[in-house]
Amino acid sequence: MKKTLSIMLSMLLLLGVLAGCNNAGSSSASAPGGSEGGQPAAPSATAFKIGGTGPLTGGAAIYGIAAQNGAQIAVEEINAMGGIQFELKYEDDEHDAEKAVNAYNKLKDWGVQISLGSVTSTPAVATSAETFADRIFALTPSASAAAVVEGKDNVYQMCFTDPNQGSASTQYIFDKKLGNKIAVIYKNDDVYSKGIYDTFTAKAKELGLEIVSATTFTEDSQTDFSVQLTEAKNNGADLVFLPIYYTPASLIFQQAKAMDYFPKYFGVDGMDGILALEGFDTSLAEDVMLLTPFNADATDDLTVNFVKKYQEAYGEIPNQFAADGYDCVYAIKQALEAAGCTPDMSAADICEKLVATFPTITFNGLTGDDVTWAPTGEVSKSPKGMIIQNGAYVGMD
Amino acid sequence: MKRIGKRLRSNLVIYGLVVVTYVVLQMVMGSGHISSSLQGQLVPICVYVVMAVSLNLTIGVLGELSLGHAGFMSVGAFTGVVACIALEGIISLGAVRMAVSMLIGAACAALAGVLIGIPVLRLSGDYLAIVTLAFGEIIKNIINCLYVGIDHRGLRISFLTSAAALELAEGGRVIIDGPMGISGIKKLSTFTMGFALILITLFIVLNLIYSRSGRAIMALRDNRIAAESVGIPATKYKMMAFVTSAALAGAAGTLYALNYSTVTAAKFNFNTSILILVFVVLGGLGNILGSIIAATVLTILPEMLRQFNDYRMLVYAVVLILVMLATNNDDFKGLLYQIRGKILARNGTKGKEGAVNE
Repeated sequence: MKKTLSIMLSMLLLLGVLAGCNNAGSSSASAPGGSEGGQPAAPSATAFKIGGTGPLTGGAAIYGIAAQNGAQIAVEEINAMGGIQFELKYEDDEHDAEKAVNAYNKLKDWGVQISLGSVTSTPAVATSAETFADRIFALTPSASAAAVVEGKDNVYQMCFTDPNQGSASTQYIFDKKLGNKIAVIYKNDDVYSKGIYDTFTAKAKELGLEIVSATTFTEDSQTDFSVQLTEAKNNGADLVFLPIYYTPASLIFQQAKAMDYFPKYFGVDGMDGILALEGFDTSLAEDVMLLTPFNADATDDLTVNFVKKYQEAYGEIPNQFAADGYDCVYAIKQALEAAGCTPDMSAADICEKLVATFPTITFNGLTGDDVTWAPTGEVSKSPKGMIIQNGAYVGMD
Repeated sequence: MKRIGKRLRSNLVIYGLVVVTYVVLQMVMGSGHISSSLQGQLVPICVYVVMAVSLNLTIGVLGELSLGHAGFMSVGAFTGVVACIALEGIISLGAVRMAVSMLIGAACAALAGVLIGIPVLRLSGDYLAIVTLAFGEIIKNIINCLYVGIDHRGLRISFLTSAAALELAEGGRVIIDGPMGISGIKKLSTFTMGFALILITLFIVLNLIYSRSGRAIMALRDNRIAAESVGIPATKYKMMAFVTSAALAGAAGTLYALNYSTVTAAKFNFNTSILILVFVVLGGLGNILGSIIAATVLTILPEMLRQFNDYRMLVYAVVLILVMLATNNDDFKGLLYQIRGKILARNGTKGKEGAVNE
């Protein structure tokens, strides 16, 4: 039995060391503002700690990185202005709910005071439940599923919810008479795509638009679209609605061209970013229409300034996710000023003040003017129709 | 007698290690000196430990390669959560409701195990691997098309349509919304529940291995023809191990789903099955303690590597390869045995127990 005992004792020792390590790591990391472990350490720093999770690696990385970059630019601008100071930290969640919760916990160890939620929907549903339980205020840049804000008083969205995007797209197509026979290709194992599709079809029925073909694909079958395109073609669809992300969309354009099928395409905000896709022939996306709240070609000072700074720093034209990230930080700043919060307040105190303040502010940013929030967390702003011409996004109105 | 003593001792080491780890972690948590990062990972670690131990039963003990273990987890996760929500009004105590849900999840996964086992366990080797692989994908696709809701009339189920087709009455609630899975789950899983599940799993698996049936199962693994020639019914014993393994995975699935506010079928894909397979292979086939340690370490590792930012998964892969090489390297193994031999020898001179060969 001595052997057993010695093994167990040595394991115990190892565990002690491990726990000690963690302890030391967390106490030094969470000293400013960390409220974990029962004793809220007195936050001493002069800057608000804001943190978010997003896919910085993997298939959805372009969204996470864009939102992070956008938020970073806003933080630098605000810090240069003096007044309220921010410290920003993004953690990678690989577009996975489990990893997102891990990443969020990492941010909590760092001492996050205000959360930027998660960039994509499925992880955001998981992290928003955590922020709700921990009473940390969250404003997600781009997680558009309705379940993100449902039943959580301290979670807000900067982007439209999926149902809004779907019905807004139908309305837009109907108003502008963009197509008579519509085909929809959507990804039926994706919360985002399915959510838009459901409201799109409901609204189309209401308005009397004819949907001639609705076909699906999944994560595992997003390389070959010949079946879906053939069906759309055979049913004589003149407009293809693509409530999907841009990577599969780029393949759809390619394969449609290969089969001599040239319908009009209409996308939503997931289509944004297609021009930045590596190795993509942008001529394929010519005349593609999309509904997005941000237009990088707008001529107002705010947009021009942002696009210039973004290009200088990261060498590409910012997409809507970058603009959402940028707006999030400014909206938080405005609300913090209105609520009179100071960086030495605990996350829970800031949360209570922001929950009371957010529905009362009116925000002007890159993704819309006179943006307001309902107390449920949903945003109210108007989408912009865009069309791709000569390899650039151009406003349609 | 000596053999039984040795076996008892190795079992005690496993139980002891789990209990001691639990007690220490509880103490550390009680004193508030644990990082949120580690605390948040405790339940997933429990889940993966149970998954690894149960898969080890199929792969290490039964000797059949299963590539669809996440499929059983998925069945357990979805049925468990549906049961948990449906029982909300009946059982008010969270822990009890969760235990019942886990049982239901385990039962449904076991049923899936039986269904898949009847045709498949007559096959062996590569065929089984491919069929289980397909099973995992089929489960994923079925749940993607499944809509379940609840209202005062009870559970409503619809297939291949949309949530609207459920025709829920006033006050009804959609539980499984096709590809969107379940969202708005109330978090019920606790570390203590996870710990209890690990103990139950160990109890079941270790007792099965060292029982008469367990010996029959291992005999089948080592030489099927010889085993059958002495009258061991192959299908029966294979089924026993396979279904037990599936049921435990189902319970782990329920634990997993009730730890997050959302669960989608896409999570339980081929990659998750492979991840668990990696735990088992790294821990050693048939080595229960190895599975526990490998699952724990490999779950924590990616989080520990966060400081490497974008290179995290690359470092993770490199570490994985190094560990695989090291544990299969004869020199390294020799070194380990030497150290072990020295420790044992020292113990042997002090204690009554005989030391190993000098």
